[in-house]
Amino acid sequence: MPTFTLTHFEFLCWAALWTVGLSAIAFVGGGIVGFLVALARVSPSPVVRGIAIGYIQIVQGTPLLILLFLFYFGIAIVGFKEVPAILSAGLGLTIYASGFLAEIWRGCIESVPKTQWEAAECLSLSRWQRMTKVVLPQAMRIATAPTVGFLVQIVKNTSLASVVGFIELSQAGKLVNNSIFEPFTIFIVVASIYFVLCYPLSTWSRSLERKLNVGRR
Amino acid sequence: MTYQFDFAVLLPFWREFAMGVWLTLQLSLISTVLGFILGTLCAIGRADGPPWVKFLVATYVEIIRNTPLLVQVFIVYFGIATLGIHVSANLAAVLALVVNVGAYTSEIVRAGLESIHKSQLEAAECLGLSRPQTYWHVIVRPAIERVYPALTSQYVLLMLASSITSQISAEELTAVANRIQSDTFRSFETYIVVGVLYLALSFVVRLAFWLFGLVVFVRRRKLGTAL
Repeated sequence: MPTFTLTHFEFLCWAALWTVGLSAIAFVGGGIVGFLVALARVSPSPVVRGIAIGYIQIVQGTPLLILLFLFYFGIAIVGFKEVPAILSAGLGLTIYASGFLAEIWRGCIESVPKTQWEAAECLSLSRWQRMTKVVLPQAMRIATAPTVGFLVQIVKNTSLASVVGFIELSQAGKLVNNSIFEPFTIFIVVASIYFVLCYPLSTWSRSLERKLNVGRR
Repeated sequence: MTYQFDFAVLLPFWREFAMGVWLTLQLSLISTVLGFILGTLCAIGRADGPPWVKFLVATYVEIIRNTPLLVQVFIVYFGIATLGIHVSANLAAVLALVVNVGAYTSEIVRAGLESIHKSQLEAAECLGLSRPQTYWHVIVRPAIERVYPALTSQYVLLMLASSITSQISAEELTAVANRIQSDTFRSFETYIVVGVLYLALSFVVRLAFWLFGLVVFVRRRKLGTAL
């Protein structure tokens, strides 16, 4: 009966790199889409706002697992015979992250004091100028801590990419388990690696919150 | 794109879908209630307990919040088996969800406890309330009232996260969907239907929490104040 060895541990560490990579894809993709949705969410046009609200509601009201399955089978339908796991996993996580980041960032944009908008308007700045020169720089300061906090959610949720066959940390754990069947040990090790990835982010988010003093405004 | 959507194939399975919805609701309700109790006890322990309790709760919360639910589900499921006890996947799922959501609840309730102003405690003392009375009327209930919206969001997320327990083949909506799609080969349609069902579920759960809040927190309704 083979046991858990250093080789297995090394394999898990390599897989952890894929977890980091997938997290980066989800964060960058979700950040871009989420930023656009957040802007749409505070748009003066009720139609644009309505579409953004609908998008956020749908993404936040569907489990990530189902989103991943939908992309996995959806991409196959569009014409790819062999769906690259990174494509469906990356897309699913991007959409998931965009829905939550949009809502976080909307809150940050809206928590910029109203007087700042009004002052910018009095200076006869255009809407675009108001956004980029007055509101967004201040919103960014407020947004930093919760965004880092959400990174933890992204890293943890990449574990679900295992359902579409993407070999990241959780899937690697399952693979190792299939060969030596020591589930308890293996998943404790897997959990520890996730903890090592996530804990610094959590601590960083908390210290940012204190430093930027946004909680006590 | 030449794909023909065919939702009609899924119609005969409506009973299974309904069953899945029901099972997901049951799973979430049990986990919500138990997780709320566990989380509230942890929050009180961390706010007002001896140092070792504080340390224990803090460690528990940090570990749970920094590891994925999927891995927690595996650890609970296989961990119990390692102890030589045979439990059903559903029981393991409930245990994992309770342990998971308890940590998040404790953080939310703690924020509520911290928001109770010191003057409130002094007022309670002046009124001659006993310690349990102070706890119940002045600290815990108002605290939970204040964080109720945050708790609601957390429990909607829990309901959605319960889909993850399909990975240890606990019987709920996603597991039912996995079975139906492998029977019908209509995977995309199945998951669209399931996605819509989850959307409806999260709407219903939100509504239920709102109604529950109206009934339980009568004081707020009467006075119409933030307290």
